[in-house]
Amino acid sequence: MIAALFEYQFLQNAVWASLLASIVCGIMGVIIVEKKLVMMSGGIAHTSYGGVGLGYLLGFEPILGAFVISLLAALGIAYIKRHGGTHSDVVIGLFWSMGMALGILFIGLAPGYPPDLTSYLFGNILSVTQSDLVWMLLLSVIVMVIVISFFSYWKSYLFDDEFATIVGIKTSFLEYLLFILIAMAVVVLIRVVGIVLVLALFTAPTAVASLVSKQLSERMVWATFFGIFFSLMGLMISYQLNISSGAAIVLVASLVYLLAYVGVVLSKMKCRE
Amino acid sequence: MISVEQLMEKKNSNKALSVQGLTVRYGSMVALRDVDLTIMEGEYLGIIGPNGGGKTTFLKALLGLVPFDSGSIRIFNKKPRETGKLIGYVPQVSSLDKAFPITLYQVVLTGRLGSKLSWFHQYSKEDRIKADEALEQVGIEKLKDRQISELSGGEFQRMLIARALTVEPKLLLLDEPTASVDAQSREKIFSLLHDLNDKMTIVLVTHDLLAVSSYVKTLACINEKLIYHGGKEIDEQVVEHLYGCPIDLIAHGVPHRVLKEHEEGIS
Repeated sequence: MIAALFEYQFLQNAVWASLLASIVCGIMGVIIVEKKLVMMSGGIAHTSYGGVGLGYLLGFEPILGAFVISLLAALGIAYIKRHGGTHSDVVIGLFWSMGMALGILFIGLAPGYPPDLTSYLFGNILSVTQSDLVWMLLLSVIVMVIVISFFSYWKSYLFDDEFATIVGIKTSFLEYLLFILIAMAVVVLIRVVGIVLVLALFTAPTAVASLVSKQLSERMVWATFFGIFFSLMGLMISYQLNISSGAAIVLVASLVYLLAYVGVVLSKMKCRE
Repeated sequence: MISVEQLMEKKNSNKALSVQGLTVRYGSMVALRDVDLTIMEGEYLGIIGPNGGGKTTFLKALLGLVPFDSGSIRIFNKKPRETGKLIGYVPQVSSLDKAFPITLYQVVLTGRLGSKLSWFHQYSKEDRIKADEALEQVGIEKLKDRQISELSGGEFQRMLIARALTVEPKLLLLDEPTASVDAQSREKIFSLLHDLNDKMTIVLVTHDLLAVSSYVKTLACINEKLIYHGGKEIDEQVVEHLYGCPIDLIAHGVPHRVLKEHEEGIS
């Protein structure tokens, strides 16, 4: 595979895409897990399918549609979280299904043969184009700059948002900003693992990193590192065995987490003995 | 010559807190009804009441975290949410995630953040000095680099007080400051609050009637309505109003007593 890597542009693109996706999910994954927004992130990701369908129907880049719709979904979900009270998970569940349903409807309405949508649902890292990469790079840089630059504020908001509000930090602004960043991260990840599998890349590297580190920033670096490892392993397996890259990456990630978890449990049991 | 307005202003400036006709509803349920309360600067008020009686709601209304239906709140003549750095808040320990990956020092530093989001924010030297001072004041400077998951209940509580102190507030609000600490830490926390009272007004709420009454200067009871008692004697009627039955006081056979006398028997 190494020789092929130098030979084929699509393999190089795939490696770059893995790196960018891993950085974004390393940073955002830690925030999402700590703030317990995994389901809401799932809602944003799945709603974006409506945007993919809209792109096909109206003839623009489906990924652009996914970007716009996931931004709208992010703002909607942030609003519901703030004002919806106890019903917010019901509404997010509806967003989730409605986005998917709209996607299917739009694609059905589009003229001609239905396009192959598995690459959006389950990702196809081997089909990432150069223009995809430019998009991904841009979004990754925005996510990184915003998170790193306001890191003290994020930490305060994540640990105790009420206290942050009282000292005067604009927590509602931070919360909307956070959901916009999640939408950006989702779009970066769609090309790599697809809408359905996005949640695994948000959670698995973070979960393994949390076994290694107890510092928020350090945890993000570890999560990025594990993300790179998982996606390159998955990429190699998918290339060698000719199976779906998204599925391969997610399975590698989940397997490593399970092994690490079992390892931790066993070592704890040993300690007790 | 001092004008009437200036005199009025001077008089008002001694008021740390002024609440009038405050009513808070959650949907159709009334949490607080028609609450009036005035606290002068330098006061040390304990608000007691049963669980679900509206204690936390009252604090959150003062902080501007829950909207209220009617009435007015003024804190040093300012509305909630406009108080800036006047209030230091110490939430309930149980409301926070102890597994969050952060060190004690980093938590305390967050009290130094301000309303302006600055790009690539770093804590200044002054921020660190203030945080160190606060840690020393509450006596946990040695635990600076500990993860919060490794702290005991009392240490965690004192960390939250230190964080509130870095704000350099004029009014300190505490929610159940002794709910998750052992008897020894409780003593330490109350003697700390006693010292802090020289510099700031303190309001604390608790359901632990015994813990608070021997330490605070003035008492109020809250159970949907708020009754201010001034001095710290509690009689049967007060307790009956609060808890619905004359617990505790009758059991001791003293109908009208100051709880301070029983301090030793408590801990």
